[in-house]
Amino acid sequence: MDIRLVNLTKIFADKTSEVRAVDNLDIVIPSGKLIGLLGPSGCGKSTTLYMIAGLLEPTSGQIFFGEEDVTSLSAEKRGIGLVFQNYALYPHMTVKQNIMFPLQNMHLPKAEILERTQKYAKLVGIEDLLDRKPKQLSGGQQQRVAIARALVKEPKVLLLDEPLSNLDARLRLQTREEIKRIQRRTGITTIFVTHDQEEAMSISDEIVVMKTGVEQQRGKPQDVYENPVNQFVAKFLGTPPINIFTGKIENGGLYIGEEKIGESSLDDQEVTIGVRPEGFIVSDEGPLKVVIKHVEHIGRDISVVATHPNSEKETFRFIVESEIKLEEESEAHLAIKPAKCYVFDKITEERVQ
Amino acid sequence: MVEGKKGINFLKALLYLSPAIILMAIFTFYPLINTFIISFKLDYNDLTGDYSGWGFANYVKVLSSAVYKTALVNTVIIAFVSVPLSIILSLLISVALNSIKPLQKFFQTVFFLPYVTNTIAIGMVFSVMFTSADKGLINTIINSLGGQSVNWLGGNNNGITLLPNVFNPNNQVFSSQWFTSMLVLMFYIIWNSLPFKILILLSALQSIDKQYYQAAQIDGASKGRILTKITIPLLSPQIFYLLITSFIGAFKEYTSVVAIFGDQAQPVGGRHNIATVVWFIYDKMGDASIGAMGLASAGAVILFVIILVLTLFNNLVAKKKVHY
Repeated sequence: MDIRLVNLTKIFADKTSEVRAVDNLDIVIPSGKLIGLLGPSGCGKSTTLYMIAGLLEPTSGQIFFGEEDVTSLSAEKRGIGLVFQNYALYPHMTVKQNIMFPLQNMHLPKAEILERTQKYAKLVGIEDLLDRKPKQLSGGQQQRVAIARALVKEPKVLLLDEPLSNLDARLRLQTREEIKRIQRRTGITTIFVTHDQEEAMSISDEIVVMKTGVEQQRGKPQDVYENPVNQFVAKFLGTPPINIFTGKIENGGLYIGEEKIGESSLDDQEVTIGVRPEGFIVSDEGPLKVVIKHVEHIGRDISVVATHPNSEKETFRFIVESEIKLEEESEAHLAIKPAKCYVFDKITEERVQ
Repeated sequence: MVEGKKGINFLKALLYLSPAIILMAIFTFYPLINTFIISFKLDYNDLTGDYSGWGFANYVKVLSSAVYKTALVNTVIIAFVSVPLSIILSLLISVALNSIKPLQKFFQTVFFLPYVTNTIAIGMVFSVMFTSADKGLINTIINSLGGQSVNWLGGNNNGITLLPNVFNPNNQVFSSQWFTSMLVLMFYIIWNSLPFKILILLSALQSIDKQYYQAAQIDGASKGRILTKITIPLLSPQIFYLLITSFIGAFKEYTSVVAIFGDQAQPVGGRHNIATVVWFIYDKMGDASIGAMGLASAGAVILFVIILVLTLFNNLVAKKKVHY
């Protein structure tokens, strides 16, 4: 079942001000896919999730589950499962009671309740922990219980609010694979919210990048990464982040400062140029003259911190193969791969090339 | 070196605690221990300190005294009726208060008023409101609704008696007069004990993470199930705290009795039949005759033992029922 958000808007208003948390969001979430809502904090991604869940009422717009308009339906009638950021496991109930709770509310026969509880406990790998209280579990285990509790109703949609943010780095890697596995096994349409682009890119079938309540771009993670529509998306995706330079287009040439780094068919204008860290080539003929400040060996590659007078930040960072020898505090010449170089309008920050 | 430091720290701690310890020793610990001792002294004269011997005679006298028996039964009834009722009521009121936005502060203040007013003063107001004469506020209301005046606090022979088949008017102690008087007293005690309970429960309610309720909503829990399966278990530490303190408070009930029924603890025509254990203790303390202080002490020790046993029992239940 696909989910459609039509002109979805949420305005939080009080006496003195109003905030458009979500602004005219139009998204179609395809059936059975894992979708990541991605954006910096305050971009309205959690608000969107809570509106889909039915915990927040949209100011305007509609939400469709398949053909059914669920906008005015209350949360419990929507058939969704939600995993909260801090899991919200009932502290006074055992794991088993937590998972059984939604089923008991549905007044299912006891045998079925137990059978389903077992099934989903097994699916998320917590069948040995059923008699423990949430307090006696690690963060990762609590997370699994929360997922089991959300799934046990066999909902049509699974919603996850920052599912990995409370886990440590190692557990995060493990859990995100787990989420992916569970989603594939159950084939349930899943939406999850995160501010961590790496997390979103690694497990999502599609990502939706949001900024101040407005959808910026939607697509397969790699497509969005390779073809960002604007400077915001380009900057938000990728670690280390994209490097931004001030530049210009003049007589069909693309310049950073006075150094011609490529061609352009656009009219002469001032532009902002973004280059991914992996988009640089060290070459004596390269047009870009930089000063190497610091070289970090990270195994297969080296990560280089360098300065250039037209860099937006004081330093910028690029990644090249470790065979290349670079001296700190020396000058180097760089060429730029055209595919890793994006040209943005200086004012609107929209991508122009 | 560490040992020496520990010793100095201990002395320091003792020094800082000494004002409280000294005051407590004089005004709390010494009287407590002395009460135990006095309760075993026969014919104890509290002015001269003379006594004629040791023994359990005070206990025998107290336990066979009709007034003490009445007092004990009254106290137990007060505790086991008013405590559960007031906790249930305050729980419902707190949940209701917590769920309304407008006027919440106003109602909070209304419910909190009894807490800041004087117990004796309110008790006297109650005794006027519930006076058995036809002109009393409650009887006026009953009359205007077409009912007959109720003989609340005694003295109005034309007033109706409640439950005449259960409580025989000719009973010495547990008469129908006792019943209506107890009704008024219970009403007063419960109303007077609500504010503190509401205060505790409301602040506990407000500190419950809202996500539990959102989770429960998504899990499709009905309002009733949210109350019994989420709210009450999450409040159980506070409910238990209230249970223990209220039981102890109820066993010490005294001021309310004196405020409504006067220092003889009786409705008009009664015989100390609204007495409580603490009333008995004070009554004996005020008695100038030789040995009365011994009886008061014995009464107090018996009360102590009852409260002790009850609290231990409560603790036992709490271990099983109070979550997390």
